[in-house]
Amino acid sequence: MANLLRKIFLADLFQGLWVTFRNQNPKYIYTEQYPAERPKVAERYRGAPRLNINPDNDETLCISCNLCAVACPENLIVVGWERNEQTKRKDLTTFTYDTSRCMFCGLCEDACPVDALELTQDFEMASYTRDGQIWDREMLEHGPAPKAYRS
Amino acid sequence: MPESTFLDSTELVLNMGPQHPSTHGVLRVILKLDGEKVLGTDCVIGYLHRGVEKIAENRTYAQFNPYVDRMDYVAAISNGLGYCLAIEKLLNVEAPPRAQAVRVILTELNRIASHLVWLGTHALDIGAITPVFYCFREREEALKIFENYCGARLTTHAFRIGGLQYETYDGFEKEVLAFCDMFLPKVDEYEELLTNNRIWAGRLKHVGVLNAEECKEYGVTGPVLRAAGVKWDLRKAQPYSGYQQYDFEIPTCENGDTYDRYTVRIEEMRQSARIMRQAVEKLAAGPIMAKVPKVIKPPVGEVYVSIEAPKGELGYYVVSDGTTQPYRVRVRPPSFVNLQALGRMVAGGLVADVVAIIGTLDIVLGEVDR
Ligand code: SF4
Ligand code: SF4
Repeated sequence: MANLLRKIFLADLFQGLWVTFRNQNPKYIYTEQYPAERPKVAERYRGAPRLNINPDNDETLCISCNLCAVACPENLIVVGWERNEQTKRKDLTTFTYDTSRCMFCGLCEDACPVDALELTQDFEMASYTRDGQIWDREMLEHGPAPKAYRS
Repeated sequence: MPESTFLDSTELVLNMGPQHPSTHGVLRVILKLDGEKVLGTDCVIGYLHRGVEKIAENRTYAQFNPYVDRMDYVAAISNGLGYCLAIEKLLNVEAPPRAQAVRVILTELNRIASHLVWLGTHALDIGAITPVFYCFREREEALKIFENYCGARLTTHAFRIGGLQYETYDGFEKEVLAFCDMFLPKVDEYEELLTNNRIWAGRLKHVGVLNAEECKEYGVTGPVLRAAGVKWDLRKAQPYSGYQQYDFEIPTCENGDTYDRYTVRIEEMRQSARIMRQAVEKLAAGPIMAKVPKVIKPPVGEVYVSIEAPKGELGYYVVSDGTTQPYRVRVRPPSFVNLQALGRMVAGGLVADVVAIIGTLDIVLGEVDR
């Protein structure tokens, strides 16, 4: 009987409507207004790669150990170096990073012994060409320069 | 030749997919129809095949880890857990207790996130548009925890062989508990929207029935099996990663229809929140990484490790030939096995129910095709 009454008076439907009504509260709005407002990504976010430079003397932190290239499952990092006869160390010459094949797994940054290679919080890395996706040393050191949009 | 008029029933072959929005990816179902009635189905899979198992043979053990995230991408953390456990068994190491607790928290959170995607899209397929927004809103909170923890939201690569790479961040426990507190009333809200709704019940009850016998014949696992009344959950049956310490129920139902699978999954979300709370309490300070050599070179041998992923039993069969790369990795994906039952479930039903049944199986094509 109670069931029948509930059916006739559409109790189940009004119950659902009441839920949707409760959720009209603007407190529950989650929509992000990108690109007018850039979302704040987490501190550990694995985004655009960066090759860190020493802020004191503008030299690269990379010691050309090639560990990142070995760790990468996609084999997309190519480290170029030449031996410096005076210091008997390897000097970094080129560093290419193919972001189009990268899956941002973070294995390369974990492998780097001196924290030179890092995945940063930048996430806007689109480009119009395929070649634009292959980042050279300069790009890696300075990072992408995304355009800021205003609403 | 018999004379046929347009009123004569003739078999009609209808192609559903691979771009159909309700096939949850790129599944093609060839339906043989007699009017509205489904006479038979043929599934065509493989549109998303990337050869994950073959890739494994050319990667080192650690390097293959990020690839498993891309199979069941809505439950990437579960995939990673299964793979890490398999290699740990091969190496004969065990993750330290803290790592195990964090793993449990994240996997259960991932189970909730995966079930929320299922609930949202399933309801959307049936015609209830509202739940998908609510589900994705709550899922966003779960993904934020993943992002804060490991830096990625979907393909997380959160675990490493032997434990964890990342220590938990400040406020991790608080955020997880806050999520549990926030989430339980929301589950009630979904139930308010759907459980008693006459359209929902009408579309789901007695649709796609798969009884316990049939489930076992097809090898179906996960919520589909539990909805048929079989109390089988690998977290209880073969505890891994410290699940034996937690107190939780395995929800089951009797009828094995689409409505029961809905009930089971809803209850599972509540139980996951319960496990997460207990795991947060158990979270004691300690190491997060077991002693694993830098170059992982397991002894010759083979293992099979399976875990209870959100969709069912996810198994990894790994053969090692003593080198740094696996000789063979075979994945037993739950979606692939569960999909087999589709033909049985839709036979004799109506064409409109096909969508409901694909939804209730909760398949992810990335995992079916690998
Ligand atoms: S993030 Fe992963 S895929 Fe990308 S370069 Fe680093 S190791 Fe390779
Ligand atoms: S691992 Fe670090 S230091 Fe070594 S080559 Fe790569 S970026 Fe340079």
